[in-house]
Amino acid sequence: MEPRPSPDTTPQEAPGPQAEPRPFLEFATKKLLHTAQGKEWLDVRFQLEKGQTLAIYGPSGAGKTTLLRILAGLTEVSSGFIRLGDETWLDTAGRKHSPTRHRAIGFVFQDFALFPNLTVRQQLEYALPPLETPQLIDELLSLMALEALQHHRPALLSGGQQQRVALARAIARRPSLLLLDEPLSALDDEMRNKLQDYLGKIQQRYHLTTILVSHHLPEILRLADTAIVLKHGRIESQGQPATIFAQSSQLTLTATILSIQPDGDQYVLTVRCADNTFNIPATSQQADTLSIGQTVSVTLKAVTPTLPSHRSSL
Amino acid sequence: MNDHLTIDWQPLWLSLKLASVTMLILLVIGIPLAWWLAYSRQRWKFAVEAVISLPMVLPPSVLGFYLLLAFSPGNGFGRFLSTYLDIRLVFTFPGLVLASLIYSLPFMVNPVLAGFRGLPADWKEASHTLGKSELVTLFRVLLPNVRASLITGAVLSFAHTIGEFGVVMMIGGSIPGQTKVASVAIYDEVLSTNYPLANRYAIVLLVLSFVILLLVYGINHYYNKYKTLP
Repeated sequence: MEPRPSPDTTPQEAPGPQAEPRPFLEFATKKLLHTAQGKEWLDVRFQLEKGQTLAIYGPSGAGKTTLLRILAGLTEVSSGFIRLGDETWLDTAGRKHSPTRHRAIGFVFQDFALFPNLTVRQQLEYALPPLETPQLIDELLSLMALEALQHHRPALLSGGQQQRVALARAIARRPSLLLLDEPLSALDDEMRNKLQDYLGKIQQRYHLTTILVSHHLPEILRLADTAIVLKHGRIESQGQPATIFAQSSQLTLTATILSIQPDGDQYVLTVRCADNTFNIPATSQQADTLSIGQTVSVTLKAVTPTLPSHRSSL
Repeated sequence: MNDHLTIDWQPLWLSLKLASVTMLILLVIGIPLAWWLAYSRQRWKFAVEAVISLPMVLPPSVLGFYLLLAFSPGNGFGRFLSTYLDIRLVFTFPGLVLASLIYSLPFMVNPVLAGFRGLPADWKEASHTLGKSELVTLFRVLLPNVRASLITGAVLSFAHTIGEFGVVMMIGGSIPGQTKVASVAIYDEVLSTNYPLANRYAIVLLVLSFVILLLVYGINHYYNKYKTLP
């Protein structure tokens, strides 16, 4: 018999007889989604290396949250396969489906899902696995700047503080895979920046493999090693964030129509986007289908961006 | 003092004993039932819900009549109990307890069920992602957050058992110290035209019921006002 490679040597260093280098996470599932636009198949497969952070980007209703829920075992699929490390979490062909509590995941929900009856410290203690040392709790409380709040209940905390507790609680569970569902969407820009720092610290300290659902580009560029763009249940593009988001030579903005004025045989739309108001031309056919107050997508071509003199929020 | 006006406290104590025992047992069986109704994915669970709520709309005499038939040693279930287990349920206190459990079950299950249904679904899911079982989740996350519903269920099932009359009459009769509860005592006094004594029992029950309801509404008011959820 040939000696087996010891469990802690990676396949790349010591390739065994059949030991092909296989990724840390393998995911391939199909599920029928019932969206506002009708039925649609969520059909996604991807792989992820250990310690990497994957961002899932896409419009709402594309199936981003469903993907995370499938990984966590909270949503069932029609068919599929999920493996993390040596553990198969889901294999519909082999009729295997590990329940959520047996999957080593840390899940940060969009609305945090903190338990109102437990203090900050108790939330972390609740999450701590039985054999884990309690020092981890003090370490996390200090890392996330929650020491002063540790005896408070969630209702007394601000959104950003609740978010930190949710993140600390997910880490206290000692997960192999961290799942973040739009973790920073409920926060203002300043809080968002701070939390990105905390997330960065967490990743450095615990070398977690992370999957992050987000529709916020700065967040993805800052935190993710690789990204998937999901549209209508399928992967539209995949790769390094800087590369895939650089492919588009246009700039698409979502704007609200303020007024529609005739101008010769054409029309001029005045639209507002964020804090900016500008005019765009429209044909009479286009103008007929539009009304004041409507939200439209505006595509700008051949843009030459310049940085303002003050510090950018990026 | 006239002897026929002396209040006999035994029926009142018996009512309180029956209500307490019923409430405690209902807490034990009502919580798992409400949990199952709230979270099971069985398609026919609505039928179970309907069966549990049946005593709320059924005349107590109907329920009492069928329980009497079932408990009678002459019939299948009653004969089985008396032959093999030497248990008699007709005209006994344990029989009253069993009947009260069925009669007051919806008053425990429905508030707790409403409490569970009012909780955000992701609290339970979050607890599972933290590696916790259904049981740990129930005791550490779900129950502490439906405290008001638990108290409402317990108090209502207690009060409903105190107010029981029809079922008790059918299967319990009026055996002093065994099955003669306060509501039956009032009826007995009225039958023997001893209205002043009936009035005394009635006033005690009236005050007790009112205090219980004050408690329920007070607790709900408190929780609604000071309930602080994220």
